[in-house]
Amino acid sequence: MLCERCGQRPATVHFTEITNGHKRETHLCEVCAGEIQPQGFGFPPQLFLHNFLAGILNQELGGGNFGWPESAGNKCEKCGLAESQFAKQGLLGCGDCYPYFEEKLLPLFRRIHGNTRHTGKVPARTGGRARLVKEIENLKRLLKEAVSREEFERAAQLRDSIRQLERGLEEGGGA
Amino acid sequence: MTLRETVNNAHSHWMDADGPESEIIISSRVRVARNLAGIPFPHLLNKENSEKVIHAVRLAISNKEASELLGGLELSSLGELSPLERQILVDKHLISPDLLNDFQRKAVVLREDEVVSIMVNEEDHLRIQCILPGLQLKEAWDVVNRVDDGLEKTLDYAFSEKVGYLTSCPTNVGTGMRASVMIHLPGLKLAKQLAGVLNAINKLGLTVRGLYGEGTEALGDLFQISNQITLGQSEEEIINNLISIARQILAQEQAARRNLYKDRREVIEDRVFRAFGALKYARILSSEEAMRLFSDLRLGVEMKIISGIPVRLLNELMVKIRPAFITKMAGRELTPYQRDIFRAGLIRREFANLPV
Ligand SMILES: [Zn+2]
Ligand SMILES: [Zn+2]
Repeated sequence: MLCERCGQRPATVHFTEITNGHKRETHLCEVCAGEIQPQGFGFPPQLFLHNFLAGILNQELGGGNFGWPESAGNKCEKCGLAESQFAKQGLLGCGDCYPYFEEKLLPLFRRIHGNTRHTGKVPARTGGRARLVKEIENLKRLLKEAVSREEFERAAQLRDSIRQLERGLEEGGGA
Repeated sequence: MTLRETVNNAHSHWMDADGPESEIIISSRVRVARNLAGIPFPHLLNKENSEKVIHAVRLAISNKEASELLGGLELSSLGELSPLERQILVDKHLISPDLLNDFQRKAVVLREDEVVSIMVNEEDHLRIQCILPGLQLKEAWDVVNRVDDGLEKTLDYAFSEKVGYLTSCPTNVGTGMRASVMIHLPGLKLAKQLAGVLNAINKLGLTVRGLYGEGTEALGDLFQISNQITLGQSEEEIINNLISIARQILAQEQAARRNLYKDRREVIEDRVFRAFGALKYARILSSEEAMRLFSDLRLGVEMKIISGIPVRLLNELMVKIRPAFITKMAGRELTPYQRDIFRAGLIRREFANLPV
């Protein structure tokens, strides 16, 4: 068997990875294995993530070119990345690719992550608006809890805070 | 310590083996991917833009408010280092092998104690990582989070309200976070329970990774368990999930070891002392064989079958026996066969000084 990376030397090192019940094997020559993953596990190597992505695209969306038709006109306006290029490499070109290819990406996110919505950290400065939204969601949850425990005074306070934040959001603030 | 000194010293804090559960869990690592708004991702970067990113990071780490938060960080472009020095950073797990491709456009930021490193222009503009010994995922996330906050005072990140931090590869979008533990599981392997355990845990959005040499044995019985999902779960949820699973595996490994010791005490002892003998006296050692022997010996140390061998030494040797370090110590290029001889000599010398 030849190395999957260089296609030149015999594969003598075999990586095995199990994800969500799927076993994936990668066969590499010693040189490529050394370059990709030093013994003792440095980083989760990119190779595996890309394999994983390619696997999903191929398996779920119908093989070949990730199932995306070659349409030359479809390019991110900001960085110029074409849809077909993304399909080949699995890498996006810039932050603006995300809204631009959103329709294609959402099903992909669902496949990879089982989800399409971020619920984690929000950057303090550049994520101002998102931070407000998150804070409001949080307060609404507390409000529900307060109501169910019949803590009406606290519920009223929470309702006021939510209103205030929502006003800030409408004024386009939060930054 | 300057970056050059870092490279010349085999030791890193993660090797200290002084963290919680560090007899079985070797290290914990958290990494987040970040990109700058308005600049193409690294695989589309021209030289000018890649310098712009490096410059922006240089400014960000020198920001007064940030540097108080971050501690002493030093940025070096990879082009300043020799090929050997670059490889040693990889062997010490401070940078990824991918950072070596097209290295003229890349840079690395290291904190003095090597607990924090930031890769610049790898697959994403920034990859901030922290490695700590033992099971310390929460602590590692705290460190990364703080560094991230510090950098964000200056840098505009590519972020979307809907899908979070925007990354080159859609497998990282959202939190951009990968958290992992490196875990040593010789007991489960000897008890032939490994496959079952690994299969059971990977149904939970986690990835288990083993490195196999010829045949089917995982080299050094080391496994890396990391999160696969980065979108739709908060950083804390991802970390807590990983911690609880790591604890379950840990408990199973401990149970397997107890049973082995009870039922097959001589077999285990024989294995441990054979490994010790081979490491102490062998004249030719491949890195694969050395890793296997380290694993057996580590098991003996952890089960207190043998004493006087610091785990820290075994962690350090895992890095020192790599070809790059051997080449550096030898001071010249060696053939693989010469390296095997040099490796055996190096280990023999370290073992000669032990009180065993
Ligand atoms: Zn190869
Ligand atoms: Zn784009």
